[in-house]
Amino acid sequence: MTATAVPLLLVDSVWKSFDEHPVLRGIDMRVDLHEVVVLIGASGSGKSTLLRCVNGLEQVDAGRIVLDGDIDVTAPSADLDEVRRRVGIVFQSYNLFPHMTVLDNVTLAPRKVSSVDRAAARDEAMVLLERFGLGAKAGEYPDRLSGGQAQRVAIVRALAMQPELMLFDEITSALDPLLVGEVLDAVRELKKGGLTIVMATHEMGFAREVADRVCFLHDGVVLEQGPPEEMFGNPERPQTQDFLARILA
Amino acid sequence: MGDPQTMTAPAPGTPVAYRDPGRQALERRVARRNALVGMASLVVFVVAVSVLVSRTPGWPVVQETFFSAEQFTESLPGLLEAFLLNIKIFLIAEPVILVFSLLIALTRTLRAPIFLPLRVVATIYVDVFRGVPTILVIFLLGFGVPALRLQGVPNDPVFWGTVALILSYSAYVAEVFRAGIGSVHPSQRMAARSLGLSSWQTNRYVVLPQAVRNVVPPLLNDFISLQKDTALVSVLGPIEILRQAQIDASSTFNYTPYVAAAAIFIALTIPMTRFADWVQGRMARRQRAGGVA
Repeated sequence: MTATAVPLLLVDSVWKSFDEHPVLRGIDMRVDLHEVVVLIGASGSGKSTLLRCVNGLEQVDAGRIVLDGDIDVTAPSADLDEVRRRVGIVFQSYNLFPHMTVLDNVTLAPRKVSSVDRAAARDEAMVLLERFGLGAKAGEYPDRLSGGQAQRVAIVRALAMQPELMLFDEITSALDPLLVGEVLDAVRELKKGGLTIVMATHEMGFAREVADRVCFLHDGVVLEQGPPEEMFGNPERPQTQDFLARILA
Repeated sequence: MGDPQTMTAPAPGTPVAYRDPGRQALERRVARRNALVGMASLVVFVVAVSVLVSRTPGWPVVQETFFSAEQFTESLPGLLEAFLLNIKIFLIAEPVILVFSLLIALTRTLRAPIFLPLRVVATIYVDVFRGVPTILVIFLLGFGVPALRLQGVPNDPVFWGTVALILSYSAYVAEVFRAGIGSVHPSQRMAARSLGLSSWQTNRYVVLPQAVRNVVPPLLNDFISLQKDTALVSVLGPIEILRQAQIDASSTFNYTPYVAAAAIFIALTIPMTRFADWVQGRMARRQRAGGVA
């Protein structure tokens, strides 16, 4: 792994508690351009919270999150709208806007946030939808989509803002097992395109295949990290071994 | 569809929607019988009630005082004319209420510290006007404001009656809108914000369209109620339908004009009620949210 001088994303000893329950306990992480980092760990280990903090959806209690070396997401004066234009996030529960067609879901942010005109936004959206096999669904409402289609639309919606960093928060966990594949194919397609991705997942086979680096989160810190072959083939920490043994059983 | 007698079940696995013709005929017979039983039951009930009521000792007097056909036809044209004023009040008040109450509801959702005064005012407004009976608001505004003898302020009781209805109803409808805004799942707001939409854009394009859709049935309910409450303006003296019925009744000592006025209100509110039911039914079918959670 060749680290560039300035990482695309730097997480520097971030703490976050909900009430008196500590979720992130001084977590450190760096992500370089074009890197695909997969977060693994038990539920409650802090994967989702970390991703939400990176997007500014949650405020940290201590520490810094720096984007591109110049935007401090955690500063009180941070322009979170700017952060969110540059960092896309897709959630477990799709969260499509049910009162809009697929096309309107995808074009809303480019039109209203980036002021792209309607025709151009539409054309760009159609190119993206076609690329992910959703061209025929452009005019449908979200309630007419399967879970896999809905999640792919959510990915396209985030992609339409041309983010430099994409966060995936367990995007296959709510899906029928038969539909997981098509969503993972979409992620493979994004990796091929060189997008920088941080992804929390329980799909270990996929993590091994697609990750440049795997981070094991345990009790709010990155306990162990490394290339997937090492992490899955020869984990050092007993907690990592225990987690993998249980999830792969 | 083929002749039921000759049609046989297709081979298992054939991709067609096959329905057993014999079974369908049976279902049709059952449906027909249910309809007949319902009609017969209704007729028996109406006849029984009519017979019972008309056998009561006071019925002839009641019939003459409340259901006189002669009085009915005599008072109807005047009542209908007076009813135009009710409709006018309603048509002016309703759109104003919609806009005003939506603004109140939105004000109450503002979280930025700078908006605290607005939020306080909106909250006090809703508390006060939901707490005071509508008829009292009408009295206070209709008699109070003209008594101030302010320059350039209208003295028209219809004007102040309408303003009072708007103030009173907006407080209720604002709460309906606020409930609607609350009914949109927080994940929708989060998804919109995560795409870079501002708080205002999130409200405008994501939250409000869903919120308004969710509250259409209770909104229609409030407007049916408003149609009736236009009669409250009669306490200020303008000749609307209730006041007209009062005048007719006191000149003939017959209460039929009140019944006629009631019939006119019902003629307007029943279609509105059915419309509300229809909208609600349609939305229940349509309401399959796209995002789980």
